[in-house]
Amino acid sequence: MVTEGKTRGKGSGVSGLKKNADIFAAFFRVGILGFGGGPSAIPLFHREAVTKYKWMTDDEFGDTLALGNTMPGPIATKMAGYIGYRVNGIIGSLVALFASVVPTVFLMILLLGVLQQFKDLAWVNNMSAAVVPVVGVMLAVMTWDFLKKSGESLGWMRAVLMTIVFAILLEVLHIHPAILIMGILIIVLLPFKKRGGTM
Amino acid sequence: MIYWSIFLAFFIPGILGYGGGPASIPLVEKEVVDRYGWMNTQEFGEVLALGNALPGPIATKMAGYIGYMEGGVLGAAVALFASIAPSLFLMLILMATLMKYKDSMQVKNITKLIRPVIAVLLGAMTLQFFMTSKESTGSIQTIVLIVASYWLLEIRKIHPAFVIGLALAYGAISSFI
Repeated sequence: MVTEGKTRGKGSGVSGLKKNADIFAAFFRVGILGFGGGPSAIPLFHREAVTKYKWMTDDEFGDTLALGNTMPGPIATKMAGYIGYRVNGIIGSLVALFASVVPTVFLMILLLGVLQQFKDLAWVNNMSAAVVPVVGVMLAVMTWDFLKKSGESLGWMRAVLMTIVFAILLEVLHIHPAILIMGILIIVLLPFKKRGGTM
Repeated sequence: MIYWSIFLAFFIPGILGYGGGPASIPLVEKEVVDRYGWMNTQEFGEVLALGNALPGPIATKMAGYIGYMEGGVLGAAVALFASIAPSLFLMLILMATLMKYKDSMQVKNITKLIRPVIAVLLGAMTLQFFMTSKESTGSIQTIVLIVASYWLLEIRKIHPAFVIGLALAYGAISSFI
């Protein structure tokens, strides 16, 4: 179980500053070293929050991660925001989010800005065209990843069947993904609906 | 109003993207390319490629950049807020309650059942990227780049930042020969 006790120690004065400095350093490192998107940064979170600063135990970290995974949205910011909150309240949460998000967004704006500037040159245009199939490959790998995980958790028969049904709904009937996902949420969470307990 | 559009464009993927940042990529594309027309597939590809090459969470890098392009610094702030705040807020509020139910079948089923949806969306996007590439650089170049980058990324396990660097270099050099 997660104890909410630590959030009470909302730091004031020097200790608060020190806490915020620690939070900033920890999540700045996670943000700037986590190549490959949020999920690949999870071991880095663990190193900072459990091993280095001992903000939480191994089990608490596991619980946080499990819960974060059952909720929508980017995992890295959920982890950063929650851990920051536990260490130093709302301020801690904001510091953690700022440190993990802003530096890389800044880099992104800078680099893409340079690219846009020279977009009319043929060779710059070719550069960005050559990246498109590489991104395609990365997406294909991610697609396979999601399919494989579906197969492992739902069973391959059911996973393939569901994938085909969803593909028809999304790509042939052009149903907006938001509506489909909301529909699934409602079906799963309807309390009176009896679910087969095997999934 | 542009800020409201930016908010919606990133709020919806943030609240529906079960499976972490990567799961929200096709949802963001749907909003940004299909719905609001802020960029085309190739431009989205550039953002995604660079986002993949740089460190840090992918969803927020995309949100921050696209928000900045459409609405300046305030736009970036709105986009980041929309993609981060709702799910974080949920997490903080529900942490204590949900902890009790985290092993419940229903909560676990959500992620399981939404995974195939995300797979379909990612698959469709993959196809779209390959088609865009075929139109702009031709079939042969596209196939060469696909095979080469698959080999480098998945078999040789070379870092994406390096592979994207190579693709950029290839694109630049190929226009001089």
